Amino acid sequence: MDYGLAGSIFTVFVFVTFIGIVFWAFSSRAKERFDEAQNLVFDDEPVQKKQSNNQESSIK
Amino acid sequence: MSVTSQAHPEYNYKVVRQFAIMTVVWGIIGMSVGVLLAAQLYWPALNFDIPYLTFSRLRPLHTNAVIFAFGGCALFATSYYIVQRTSQVRLFSDKLASFTFWGWQLVIVLAAITLPLGITGSKEYAELEWPIDILITLVWVAYIINFFGTIVLRKVAHIYVANWFLGAFMLTVAVLHIANSMVIPVSFTKSYSLYGGAVDAMIQWWYGHNAVGFFLTAGFLGMMYYFVPKQAGRPVYSYRLSVIHFWALVSLYIWAGPHHLHYTALPDWTQSLGMVMSVILFVPSWGGMINGIMTLSGAWHKLRNDPILRFLIVSLSFYGMSTFEGPMMAIKTVNALSHYTDWTIGHVHSGALGWVAMVSIGSIYHLIPILFNKPAMYSIKWVNIHFWLATIGVVLYIVAMWMSGVLQGLMWRAVNADGTLTYSFVESLEASMPFYFVRFVGGVFVVAGMILMAYNVYRTIKTPNDEFVTEPQAQAA
Repeated sequence: MDYGLAGSIFTVFVFVTFIGIVFWAFSSRAKERFDEAQNLVFDDEPVQKKQSNNQESSIK
Repeated sequence: MSVTSQAHPEYNYKVVRQFAIMTVVWGIIGMSVGVLLAAQLYWPALNFDIPYLTFSRLRPLHTNAVIFAFGGCALFATSYYIVQRTSQVRLFSDKLASFTFWGWQLVIVLAAITLPLGITGSKEYAELEWPIDILITLVWVAYIINFFGTIVLRKVAHIYVANWFLGAFMLTVAVLHIANSMVIPVSFTKSYSLYGGAVDAMIQWWYGHNAVGFFLTAGFLGMMYYFVPKQAGRPVYSYRLSVIHFWALVSLYIWAGPHHLHYTALPDWTQSLGMVMSVILFVPSWGGMINGIMTLSGAWHKLRNDPILRFLIVSLSFYGMSTFEGPMMAIKTVNALSHYTDWTIGHVHSGALGWVAMVSIGSIYHLIPILFNKPAMYSIKWVNIHFWLATIGVVLYIVAMWMSGVLQGLMWRAVNADGTLTYSFVESLEASMPFYFVRFVGGVFVVAGMILMAYNVYRTIKTPNDEFVTEPQAQAA
C-alpha cells in the first residue's frame, strides 16, 4: 500500500468517525449522560447543590 | 457564588496554591521582559550594549516566560483543581504533584539562565537545550500520570468535558515536545536537530502551531469549560456542543502547521492543505466561543457587577476575534501581505494577552479566595481596574500592530513602474516607529494591571476573614 492510498483511507476513516460522533452526540441516549455530566461542575458543592439545574430560573 | 468558597480538606489544594501564586509572579516577570523588548524596539540604546540584554536573547526568554511559565503554571494550577473538583477525589499522588511543581520551576529558572547566555536550540518556542528538554519530559510524564491517575480514581460516572480538553492538551504536548526535541547532542549545551531542511521546518511548525493549538488553546478551553459555568453559576450552554467542539478541535488543529511556511521550500500541496485545514478550524473555534459566551444567556446582567466574569467572557471575545483572524491570515494571498510583518505579532498577542492571559487571570481571581479560605478577593474594585487596564492595554497593542503590519506589508510589496522597490526596508521601519511607541504604552498598561493583581492577591491572603466587610461587594450572584 503506498502512502497516498494509506492517507486516503485514513482521511475517510476520520471523516466517518467524526460523523459517527455527531450522530451519537445528538442521540437521546447521550442526552441523559450529558445532562448529568453538565452539572458535575456544581455537584461537589456542599451548599446550594443542584441549584442551577434549570438554565432559565437559576438567578440568585 | 462565594457561598461555595470553602476548602475541601480531602482535596490537595497545596499544589494548586503554589502554581496559582507562581502564575502571578511569572506573569509579571514575563510580561515585563516583553515591555522591555517593546521599549528596545523604540529606543534601541536600551540594550546597553550588553549581550545578555540584546533583543535576540531576551525575546525567547519573553516567549518562554509568558507561555510556559505564566501560561504553564496557570494550566497546572487549574487542571489540578478542576480534575479534583469534577472527579470528587483527591489527586492521585501528592508526591508527584510536588515533583511537577518544583520540576517545572526548575525548568523555568534554567530557561531564565541559559537563554540570556545565548544557549539555544534555535527552534521557536522550543529553544531550550537538550538537558532541559529531558527534564521537561520527566515533569510532563509525572503530570500525565497524576492527572489521568486522578481520573481513574474518580467518584463520579462521567469525565467532565474540561478534563477531556486538559487530557488532550497534556498528551498532545508530550508527543509534540518529544518529536520536535529529537536532537544529536555535541556537548552539554549544544545540539543539532535530527531532521534536515524542509522536513525540519515542517516538524518545527507542526510543533509550533500545535503549541498554540493544544498548549494555548485546548488547555485553556478546559479552564473555560470549568470556570465560566462556575463563576456564572449556571451550567455550560450546551454540553452536546462541547462534545462536538472537542472532537472537531482535536482532529483538525494538528493539520494547520504548514500555514507558517507559506511560499517557502515546503511542497506547494502541503502549504495548500495547511491553508484549507486552518480555514476549517474556524468552525470548531467559534463553536467553542459561542458555547462559552451563551452560558450567560439570560443572565447578562451578571457581567455588569462581576469583573471576574467579565475577564472570562471578554477573553472569549478575544478568542473569537483571533480565531477569525488566524484562518484569514492562513489564506495564502492574505499571508503574502501579512507574513513577516507586525500583523503576526498583533495576532499572537490578541490571542495571548486577550484570550490566554485574560481567561487565566479570571480563573486565578476565582481560585485565590477558595484556595486560601477567604470570602472573596480583597478588593473587587481593583479587579475591575485590572480588567480595564488589561483591556485597554491589549487593544492599544493589537491595533498598533495591525496598522504597523499592514503598512509594512504594503510598503514592502510596492514597486515602481520600472520594477524597482518603491521603499527601502529602513523607510518601512521608520514608518512603524509611532506604532512601536503605542505598543510599548499598551504593554505598560498590561503589566500595571498584573502588579495590581499581585498586590490584591497578597492582601487577600494576608487579611483576616472578619475584615472582609467594608467594601460594597460586587457579588457574582
